[in-house]
Amino acid sequence: MSGTVQRILVPGDSAARSVGADEVASHLANVLPADTAIIRNGSRGLFWLEPLIEVERNGQRLGFGPVTADDVDSLVAADFPASGHPLALGPVETIPQLAKQQRLIFARCGLDDPLDLSTYKAGGGLAGLSKARALAPDAIIEAVKTSGLRGRGGAGFPAGIKWETAAKATGDATYLCCNADEGDSGTYADRLLMEGDPFTLIEGMCIAARAIGATHGLVYLRSEYPDAIRTLKAAIGIWREAGLFEGLSAGDRFDIEVRMGAGAYICGEESSMLNSLEGKRGEVRAKPPIPAISGLFGQPTIVNNVLTLASVPWILEHGGEAYRAFGTGRSRGTQAFQLAGDIKQGALVELAFGVSLRTLIEEFGGGTRSGRPLRAVQVGGPLGAYLADADLDVAMDYEALAAIGGMLGHGGVVVFNDTVDMARQARFAMEFCAIESCGKCTPCRVGATRGRETLDRIIAGEDVAENLALVEDLCELMTDGSLCAMGGLTPMPVRSAIERFPEDFTRPLAAE
Amino acid sequence: MPMLIDTIDNPDARAACARHSNRPDSLIEVLHQLQATVGHVSDSAIATIADALNLSRAEVMGVVSFYHDFRRQPGAAHTLKICRAEACQAAGADSVAAEIETRLAIRASAGNRTAIDLRPVYCLGNCALGPAAMLDNRPIGRLTTERALAALDGLDIRAGDGE
Repeated sequence: MSGTVQRILVPGDSAARSVGADEVASHLANVLPADTAIIRNGSRGLFWLEPLIEVERNGQRLGFGPVTADDVDSLVAADFPASGHPLALGPVETIPQLAKQQRLIFARCGLDDPLDLSTYKAGGGLAGLSKARALAPDAIIEAVKTSGLRGRGGAGFPAGIKWETAAKATGDATYLCCNADEGDSGTYADRLLMEGDPFTLIEGMCIAARAIGATHGLVYLRSEYPDAIRTLKAAIGIWREAGLFEGLSAGDRFDIEVRMGAGAYICGEESSMLNSLEGKRGEVRAKPPIPAISGLFGQPTIVNNVLTLASVPWILEHGGEAYRAFGTGRSRGTQAFQLAGDIKQGALVELAFGVSLRTLIEEFGGGTRSGRPLRAVQVGGPLGAYLADADLDVAMDYEALAAIGGMLGHGGVVVFNDTVDMARQARFAMEFCAIESCGKCTPCRVGATRGRETLDRIIAGEDVAENLALVEDLCELMTDGSLCAMGGLTPMPVRSAIERFPEDFTRPLAAE
Repeated sequence: MPMLIDTIDNPDARAACARHSNRPDSLIEVLHQLQATVGHVSDSAIATIADALNLSRAEVMGVVSFYHDFRRQPGAAHTLKICRAEACQAAGADSVAAEIETRLAIRASAGNRTAIDLRPVYCLGNCALGPAAMLDNRPIGRLTTERALAALDGLDIRAGDGE
């Protein structure tokens, strides 16, 4: 025996559950002594190891994964060894893909029961809010401006400047809306945080509310995330019970309400989200006015992404300068990169901006899961560019990606192997836009459908050169004429696919 | 079914609106609640909600038709959503989805009541363990045809399956 098992942690995160974590937990409960504490923690974000169970003894946490219910008996028989068992990973903190990360936002994610406020405090939670309570609102905004924090939803607008605008605007109520409509394929960081460490988001919202004088907090959370909705609602209830919403500002008491989306990708666009929060069709609004001046119900409104708000507690705790020390150029702090698609070690990797895409895919991701050669990588969700192998040394920051015609978006990295047909991916980009367009502006509503049809003709080998010219013309129109990023950026995957993988668009011609 | 006269006050819709204090900005929440209890949004529900929230029927209908989650017809008791977005495509979702659809169609044509709605979805946030699916509210990662059919069998709704 190597010491008594203090407790066993089995992730309750929906990704871990999707590969059998519930069955593992219930089997463990059946075979272990009744007094063994089995905690359902969040996920560490090392998904290829899920279900990744952790066994704590002598203060050390040993990892095992991926564990199935059938493996439980052999692990119990071997008494959860640090090594020697095929599933033994050793101390979790020493797993290289985790040890090499720089976790600021996700520092506590997966460490404990996400709804245990006492372990949250013990792990450093509430330190940022305590500091913020002692500061005047403009001092909080100053700290966020100093940090260089930019919006993590994709647009990258400086958070401090946005807050300053709303704080200065006069209105009956200032709304703080958290955009948790994480619809980009290949992204799951918001979900992971809301399921694994929801208090960090709530703490960030409380700090933001104090800074801008918000009286109402809303989280717009997509219906595809039922577990995140349940966990976040429970966490808000615990926060309220503990009286932590109180005393944030002189006037009204701030509180947070969770609103569930209804399966519309476009509602991740902030003005569309505001319409949805008002109970309307999620149609995009023309700007100006910007939401910070006139947003929800015409009132000054701040819309921030989950990760933007969740970065704030660390910034307040350690100061804007300390946060600024991470990153490069105008991209400061850390970014949650999310590896997905045909990747061996799919994981959330939080690192300072500036890491190369190659490092993420090869060192952290371990290459393709299928073992086939990598052919394309889509960075930044369905509106992001398709990059080729030759692009992999690009530094992952806002400016460097923009310089090669791409964008960081919400940090999703989707790897495709050599079986991918890039003409079909370009067609899918148009099809997705046609399915999800709100219909408000013509370039997006009509353009996406025409784009899909034209790409169909190209795939069929009809007048390829003429139709490619037509697609290019259409892309230019959609980019310049669409009201929002949906129509405006759909050309990005289309054009990048044509530019970098032209052979996939001319194949039928070559065959003739 | 065409609605000719407006004599039916839908009690479920009325209750859902009352629960949200008849606030028009809670329309989406009302529709979610109604669908969770009744399964779909009927003509009479639309008329009743419009009345209770002081909206026009066109406004309510506009919202119902805008969002993918809401359905106007009764559906099956269970829904299997399969992700069709890029990350799952890269993990082989297209062929798995086609195979599941074929197998379910074969079962259905063989007279087995599957009581399953198969629906596409664009991202379930489980992109590192794709292909991803969701059976009602239960997530399924690393989807294969076998895993999907096993999960459906676990619902105990396909008595007399002849396969």
